[in-house]
Amino acid sequence: MNQILIPVIIVSVIGLILGIGLAVSSKLFAVPVNEKQLKIRECLPGVNCGACGFSGCDGYAAALAEGTTTETARCVPGGAEASKAIAAVLGVKAEKASRKTAVVLCQGNQSNVGTKLNYVGADSCRMAVQLFGGPKDCVYGCLGMGDCIDVCQYNALFICDGVARVNPEACKACGMCVKTCPRGLIEILPYDRQFAYVFCKNKDKGVETRKNCKQGCLACTKCVRVCPEGAVSITDNHAVIDINKCIGCGKCEEDCPTGAINVIRNKA
Amino acid sequence: MTMTKELFAVLLTAILTNNFVLCKFLGICPFLGVSKKFDTALGMSIAVIFVMVLATAVCYPINAFILVPNGIEYLQTIVFILVIAALVQFVETVLKKYLPDLYKALGIYLPLITTNCAVLGVVLLNIDNNYNFAASIVNSLGGGIGFMIAMIMFSGVREKMENCDIPKGLQGLPITLIAAALTSCSFLGFTGVVDNIFKL
Repeated sequence: MNQILIPVIIVSVIGLILGIGLAVSSKLFAVPVNEKQLKIRECLPGVNCGACGFSGCDGYAAALAEGTTTETARCVPGGAEASKAIAAVLGVKAEKASRKTAVVLCQGNQSNVGTKLNYVGADSCRMAVQLFGGPKDCVYGCLGMGDCIDVCQYNALFICDGVARVNPEACKACGMCVKTCPRGLIEILPYDRQFAYVFCKNKDKGVETRKNCKQGCLACTKCVRVCPEGAVSITDNHAVIDINKCIGCGKCEEDCPTGAINVIRNKA
Repeated sequence: MTMTKELFAVLLTAILTNNFVLCKFLGICPFLGVSKKFDTALGMSIAVIFVMVLATAVCYPINAFILVPNGIEYLQTIVFILVIAALVQFVETVLKKYLPDLYKALGIYLPLITTNCAVLGVVLLNIDNNYNFAASIVNSLGGGIGFMIAMIMFSGVREKMENCDIPKGLQGLPITLIAAALTSCSFLGFTGVVDNIFKL
């Protein structure tokens, strides 16, 4: 009898002591958790993309709960819904979350840009870019190997005719692809109004650009002259449009000789 | 002098010849699960070292003063699991309170270790090998460091594998296990090294 009883008692006593010890320690060392923070954290999508400028969703929730920031609309993937929910928890008025989307600024598809070498290697833009600037003639354009697709958590990107494209309906503008693109071709742009934008980042002189791509920006300055708002300027041998000044009239798009400028016609 | 020499031999044996992951095949789960990136591998390893030493420090006296006098050594496994699990929980609450930074760094890894077989293994092996208290602590430290070396080495291998063109049937875990087997083979080279250095 004792052979069974003693081990049972000993193990039970050890278990009991540990259990009581844990219960006491959890009371003794309890850290007051901000309830507001927990509630706000539930409003956030939990992607930890860092688009809000804090270290993940927990960081943003903590900052909001402690009052270091009062901007409820900083969560890009959460959008207007998250902003509203956070505002409800904090008891403030919700900020208007502007809808944004990533855009790949290159039109160097297979019919516009030729290839200078037959690249056989890892299927990755970041690898390909190290070999003579990639297989395509233009060393500023999209390589079309889809590093951005790999990092996208929303399946918003796809390759179309050798160039990456974004499906704005699926895009949450978290900016992961922007950080990944070795060419820096992807930008986060507004998706709730109409404006013109230059779909080329070629820094070569116009003559060189023309050789490499049919739809590259030649920096001919036609758009600069035609713009009624003075929103266009030339930097690094390509046109740059200030979207804050642009009214989306589309005159630059009509006059652009190569079609490097496109008006992004979003629903208002 | 012989004491320090002996302890040093125990340490080296635990790190190289009897590496927990690559020679004893303990703790394979975190070895495959968290070795994808260098940072996570390092964080996990540090947590394992910490818990291994702590578990040994607590379990050794329990074995010596409670289990052995009552003749119930056969309950070692169950009692140690109980103690280690409770210990990790306790450490977690204390860290949360007093060292929030360390808690954040170890955060996700601590609960993972609760039932890690490498931790339980080191405690049981200490007793099997009849180590005294000092040797047990050194052995667990060495076991932890060996775990770290294996993790960090393997995270390097895996980061390289990310960029390899692997046949479809081998992608993912299969190629990882093959790579792990090769790494483990390389550790066979250490067999006998420590024994010969210290002429044990």
